[in-house]
Amino acid sequence: MMARVQEVVVGLGSCGIAAGALVVRQALSALLAEHNLDIPVAATGCIGACHREPLVEVRQVDGTSYLYADMDEERTRRLVDEHLRGGTVIEEFLVPPDYDYLARQRKLVLANCGVIDPESIEDYLARDGYAALRRAVTAMSPEEVVEEIKSSGLRGRGGAGFPTGLKWSFARASGGDKKYMVCNADEGDPGAFMDRSLLEGDPHAVLEGMAIGAYATGADEGYLYVRAEYPLAIKRLLLAIAEAEERNLLGERILGSGFSFRVHVKEGAGAFVCGEETALMASIEGKRGMPSIRPPFPAERGLWGAPTNINNVETLGNIPVILRMGASEYARIGTEKSKGTKVFALAGKIRNGGMIEVPMGITLREIIYDIGGGIHGDRAFKAVQLGGPSGGCIPASLLDVQVDYDSLTATGAIMGSGGMVVMDEATCMVDVARYFLSFTQSESCGKCTFCRMGTKRMLEILERITAGRGRMEDLDRLQELAAKVRISSLCGLGQTAPNPVLTTLKYFREEYVEHIQEHRCRALQCRALIRFRVIAEACTGCGACARVCPTQAARGERKAVHEIDQGLCIQCGLCHEACRFEAIAVTTGDSA
Amino acid sequence: MEKRFEQLLDEWRDTKGNVIPLLQKSQELHGFLSREHMSAIAEVVGKSPAEIYGVATFYAQFRFQPPGRHNVKVCHGTACHVNGAESLDLAVKTELGVEPGETTEDGEFTVDRVACLGCCSLAPVVMIDNEVHGRLSGDKLKKTLRKVVG
Repeated sequence: MMARVQEVVVGLGSCGIAAGALVVRQALSALLAEHNLDIPVAATGCIGACHREPLVEVRQVDGTSYLYADMDEERTRRLVDEHLRGGTVIEEFLVPPDYDYLARQRKLVLANCGVIDPESIEDYLARDGYAALRRAVTAMSPEEVVEEIKSSGLRGRGGAGFPTGLKWSFARASGGDKKYMVCNADEGDPGAFMDRSLLEGDPHAVLEGMAIGAYATGADEGYLYVRAEYPLAIKRLLLAIAEAEERNLLGERILGSGFSFRVHVKEGAGAFVCGEETALMASIEGKRGMPSIRPPFPAERGLWGAPTNINNVETLGNIPVILRMGASEYARIGTEKSKGTKVFALAGKIRNGGMIEVPMGITLREIIYDIGGGIHGDRAFKAVQLGGPSGGCIPASLLDVQVDYDSLTATGAIMGSGGMVVMDEATCMVDVARYFLSFTQSESCGKCTFCRMGTKRMLEILERITAGRGRMEDLDRLQELAAKVRISSLCGLGQTAPNPVLTTLKYFREEYVEHIQEHRCRALQCRALIRFRVIAEACTGCGACARVCPTQAARGERKAVHEIDQGLCIQCGLCHEACRFEAIAVTTGDSA
Repeated sequence: MEKRFEQLLDEWRDTKGNVIPLLQKSQELHGFLSREHMSAIAEVVGKSPAEIYGVATFYAQFRFQPPGRHNVKVCHGTACHVNGAESLDLAVKTELGVEPGETTEDGEFTVDRVACLGCCSLAPVVMIDNEVHGRLSGDKLKKTLRKVVG
């Protein structure tokens, strides 16, 4: 006889909701009511296996649990009938406990994500929540906290990898009675959602990290600068702050000590450059988010002129972990110069996408093949992009590189904030470079000439190449501009904007040359370089292509072979998508 | 000026760093930022209307025209890009006849291009009125848009 069911937990992170988790929860509650089953339905944050969402976990009184994947209304009905009422586990819906995707990870920062109810402070407290803060304010001096973080070897998880303890010591050393502690949650890299998942799944961990940082640096007021695009994260943070204040874990004279800390949530307004710390502070002050010259560094003169310490969400998520396990224990995880774990948002042409946390030192190959399950479909791996618009593309030949700050920088890419997008043979690397540059170009704040104009010229060159009008000398011009944009920009946005271009030129130069000399896009992505043609022998004359064609380029008599008028075709690919007989071929290049 | 807006101005008058929250709440209330509202905010925070306009136009979140009844956000995050977001742009364009940033003539749809909605494992995605539609193709998106107007 199976153990009794204690509760059923639905993953309600943004990705789960997008995949239909709310519908599943509703169906579940309705079915439980219908059968008079008194089983609580709880919510949790991102479990991390986004490719299997919506996820539902059945926890039993004896401590065992079953994770059901790809849930929908029909599967929910069977879950209620067979497992909850009948006591029979539905093996075919289960995520097996030894599933490589989950088994190969090391969850420190995300330990609570997908386990606790993020809207319940009791859940957090039950898992040693705020124990680290308590230890800091009651048993440690601020200097001791700074030392502890220094000796843990923790480096900033926002991308640059600056030692966190050192940063704190600068803010600690600054004089004045007013200091600020800021959490940078302006996660702007496209393809990155680690910070959102942590804020949604375990908001108290970030608040606890902030409070410890404030205690260590001497701040009494803090701001969480969160993207406005993250409404769920904002909602859960506000709730968490209120709950923590109620229990004197935030606010005045925390836990009876002399330390007070008030936190405000500030919504961003949609500007990528605000991820840069001086721009972020300008934005909090209500100005255009433009970076300013450092020095003075924020640790000396930051928000409203006061010494300010700024850390990324994931960095702060590490703080309670370090104080709980001890710096020396923490420093045993990872490599010599990169300690602890890193959270990545694994996406793109990968079989198992989602949010993962891995120990530093793991190889890219292990992440992509062992955890990610390899490439989606049966295509060949081409590259993995790290660090978003500031990062670079790493080719297959470098897949055995270790994930640590220095090894990744040596490839021309960067650790970055954690976006990891996998690309296959159907991804055009010139187009990828163009894509990232169009992003940084439009997000440049316009302050520095080379960032404003240099990226624009680079983008024009890349657009020309992808349109089949490139010239070989363009490649030298790109290199030249890249070097100048890098050295003539004030902030990280401009300094790193050329990285996607430089790494693709370095590792995939032949694709650039093919675009220029043969007007060929081997990935069949650059619209100006591809043609759609009907394969007469395969066409059944069903008319599906003609029905979807927006420009009437695809046409023909019913039951007769169709054709595509190249003069009218805009290469949208709808006909190719619609054809069920593989009768539409895509060709590229001068000889095609 | 209507009462709710005046209350808003009063509520935030003395808060440090109130410019962006005021712009955000004003847009929440009216759907967009009008000259009139921006001028009123300028007065409350003690800056010139030009400065306030300068701040508002810096950030992608703010719009200066009334939006359509339905909002369509085509995601152009990296994962969506490599999974065919461009073809979704084309589908929107051929279906609705507008470019990103524009509103259809009948005021039914406003189309935006956004950097990343963070639903990368469902790529390519489009958000229509706060609901995410994932694993789309051009054709599926067209059908979804037709369903929205019923």
